[in-house]
Amino acid sequence: MSITVNAAPRRTTPRGFAFDPIFEILCFTAATTLLVALGGVIVALAIGGWPALSKFGIGFVTGSTWDPNPDHEIYGAAGPIVGTLITSAAALLMALPVAGGVAFFLVELCPTPLRRPIGTAVELLAGIPSIVYGMWGLFVFAPFFAAHVETPLMAAAPTGSVWETLFSGIPNGSGILAASIILAVMILPFMAATLRELLNTVPAQVRESAYGLGATTAEVVMSVTLPYVRRGAIGAVMLGLGRALGETMAVTFIIGNSHGFPKGLFDSGSTIASTIANEFNEASGLQSSALIALGLVLFLITFVVLALARLMLRNQAKV
Amino acid sequence: MLKTFVAAITATAVVAGGGVAAAANISGAGATFPAPVYAKWAESYKAQTNNALNYQAIGSGGGKKQIIANTVDFGASDKPMKPDELAANGLQQFPTVIGGVVPVMNLPGVKAGQVRLTGDVLADIYLGLIKKWNDPVIASWNKGVPLPNLPITVVHRSDGSGTSFLFTSYLTSENPKWAAGPGANDAVNWPVGLGGKGNDGVAAFVKQTPGSIGYVEYAYAKQNAMDYAVMRNKAGKWVLPTAANFAAAAAGAKWNAAPGFYLLLLDQPGASAWPITGATFILVHSKQTNAQAGHDVLSFFDWAYKNGDAAAAALDYVTLPEPVKALVRKSWKTVVGPDGKPVYK
Amino acid sequence: MAVSKRRIAGRRLGNVVFVAFCGVVTAVALTALALILYSLVTQGLGGFNLDLFTKSTPAAGTPGGLINAIVGSIMMSVMGMVIALTIGILAGTWLAEYAGESRFGAVVRFLNDVLLSAPSILIGLFVYEILVFPFKTFSGLAGSVALAMLAAPVITRTTEDVLKLQPIALRESGVALGSPVWHVIRNILWRGSASGILTGGLLAFARISGETAPLLFTALNNQFFSWDMTHPMASLPVVIFQDALTPYPDLNRLAWAGALLIAGTVLAVTLVARAFSKEPKR
Repeated sequence: MSITVNAAPRRTTPRGFAFDPIFEILCFTAATTLLVALGGVIVALAIGGWPALSKFGIGFVTGSTWDPNPDHEIYGAAGPIVGTLITSAAALLMALPVAGGVAFFLVELCPTPLRRPIGTAVELLAGIPSIVYGMWGLFVFAPFFAAHVETPLMAAAPTGSVWETLFSGIPNGSGILAASIILAVMILPFMAATLRELLNTVPAQVRESAYGLGATTAEVVMSVTLPYVRRGAIGAVMLGLGRALGETMAVTFIIGNSHGFPKGLFDSGSTIASTIANEFNEASGLQSSALIALGLVLFLITFVVLALARLMLRNQAKV
Repeated sequence: MLKTFVAAITATAVVAGGGVAAAANISGAGATFPAPVYAKWAESYKAQTNNALNYQAIGSGGGKKQIIANTVDFGASDKPMKPDELAANGLQQFPTVIGGVVPVMNLPGVKAGQVRLTGDVLADIYLGLIKKWNDPVIASWNKGVPLPNLPITVVHRSDGSGTSFLFTSYLTSENPKWAAGPGANDAVNWPVGLGGKGNDGVAAFVKQTPGSIGYVEYAYAKQNAMDYAVMRNKAGKWVLPTAANFAAAAAGAKWNAAPGFYLLLLDQPGASAWPITGATFILVHSKQTNAQAGHDVLSFFDWAYKNGDAAAAALDYVTLPEPVKALVRKSWKTVVGPDGKPVYK
Repeated sequence: MAVSKRRIAGRRLGNVVFVAFCGVVTAVALTALALILYSLVTQGLGGFNLDLFTKSTPAAGTPGGLINAIVGSIMMSVMGMVIALTIGILAGTWLAEYAGESRFGAVVRFLNDVLLSAPSILIGLFVYEILVFPFKTFSGLAGSVALAMLAAPVITRTTEDVLKLQPIALRESGVALGSPVWHVIRNILWRGSASGILTGGLLAFARISGETAPLLFTALNNQFFSWDMTHPMASLPVVIFQDALTPYPDLNRLAWAGALLIAGTVLAVTLVARAFSKEPKR
């Protein structure tokens, strides 16, 4: 993609070209700044989290006892780690088809006069402070979810079946599934808005030629426009996943916050980010270090998830 | 366009940074529980003296961290620091107001104040040893109360908080199994139940779950008219969670025998003392780097002791008895400036 | 012939299902928005009055408003966004135009995605270590930097994505006309992808406008009105967070009013920004 210019035409002032390397350096500096910022965060976390990590070693990620009492401090983060993976995956699974649907609707199907209002409305969802999602989840969504989803499902689950295990827990609207749904609502606008923007960049000729060949809307989207923006689409998904992994406030209100492994969809659990948000303010000493180490673990998880996504993308490109 | 924009912003920032005098001349941070009353006092104080004191609730742990790091003029904590811990950090502390923790529940068919609990029973419930409301142990204290055959859902705070610290300290003092198990801290390894964020979170889970029990700050229980339990105190009396009963707990406490004011007001003697009561504390450096700032902080709390009782009571806080206030003022003599002279009086 | 007819019917059916799915999920998303907005408006509107914009945050039991938090939020968000837009657009441009397939580019791209998902509380913690602890005071400036660190990765990511979608022919024709590369980028590529970059900026603004955690450890908060960015500064999210969790109904009402104010501002900024950018024609 690099563009090389060998000889400057006379018309243009030399100054314009002289600025080229400076501009490149500016851009490069900005990119490096980001790198340094993240590097700084990781170094700060590593220093802060070291006391806990060195004390508990591998037990920090495999142990499932989280006991902040200073008399018997044990920090094993397996519960929050599993909770983070489950809620983020579930939220992504729910939000991605919806975000895709909304984006396709806006770009391919929506009547023009409605396009902008609906698009703006979806973006507005992104602008609601996360504490509002938390409180809405707790006061409005949870009672509804308990009465109209959890209770009937628990009653309908045959005794002894896998469903009964899946639907076990306290039917009061809190828990893993409820938190995943709230997360899905929160990451939806990020993904929908970015996807719509990407789909809009597909050149009209490309789409029109597909339609001209007699393709249906579904076929145009699935076989032409979606593959065209595939790379960017992964970026959109990452935006959503990123927010889901790191979200604190809304999840904290509704996940039930117990540090063990969740036994069912309605059981309470915790995530890394919610544990940090819950305990950081009051923590000191080793507990504070354990929470910072937890932050480091979240970074590691993100690394792995992103690396896997890259790998999948590369394999797909080869096919 | 972007350039002018940036220039305008930079100019604004420079003007703002250099031109205008700081609105708040002292700042403090820490415990969440007393934040509303400190804010109230600061508001009246500014109106009367034009001195601004900015207090922000970042949590007791944060309050300790920030005063040790010296990023604020005073810290605040719901959890008193032990005398040796104070000495190690060159700090001293004093109490300001008192609050209580109230067990609340959601029991269909049972009215507020009808269920009686002891500390021992409460601990067994939170340990998951007592699983149903019609358990014989609960029933033995509650003759004639229609206890339902419902499983008990335990609700606790998910965030580290002074409220949890008081509550678990109380359970620790009342029940050896609790003391050997989860113990006392602002966050513990809860054996059962689910965690709600803040008083709001606990209250919402309790309201949504029939058969649940939780605990909240007194001000919260009162403002939201929640169904509370009656507790048995050290004198063996059944007491209601009221401001007068919290004050009774504070009145019976032996502050003068507590070095560095390290004192929990749990399970105090006195016929009407509410058993889960505690004070909240202010932390200051014994040796102030800026004598004026130290003086301003202590002047503020002196003013609050003199003029702040009514405002505190209106927000459902309990204030300190006069002899305790006198004791605190005496302790301020050891707060000195860089020159070694007391900063206050 | 019959086979092809059946195939056509199948394709038609597939299309109907697809279209119906898109319609239904859009309706679901809009319903969720409507429900949340309904709660927000019914709870928040009661707190709207003139005091909200003229008085500072009160203690429980006294009338007051949010002017200190509004001004603080505007100052910190604007400053944070200026930093983030500068870094984000330049970094995104570097990734799209200069980095190519270089290893360093891949590293930056990868780490930017990691930064995207950093829990905001950790960003706050980091900024506390570099800007609050050394200077011994919480400050609005530290708050701005924390917000910028949250916003920049979003802008970088979207900028790179939309620039990459610009046809190479555009770049080639620009250079062929004798323009310096930075002219081509500024006048052709940035202009062509303005709508996409704007979306990135808006999403970033929406994200930081409601963030509490990074501000709590950097800007702290201020009960009183202040222009001074070198000292603790009030912000709407922190005020909302603190007031929403107090037991007092008047403060709770103020918190909901503040939340409505944030959502309203995000809406207004989105609308204004969109009015200035052209929706692609179809």
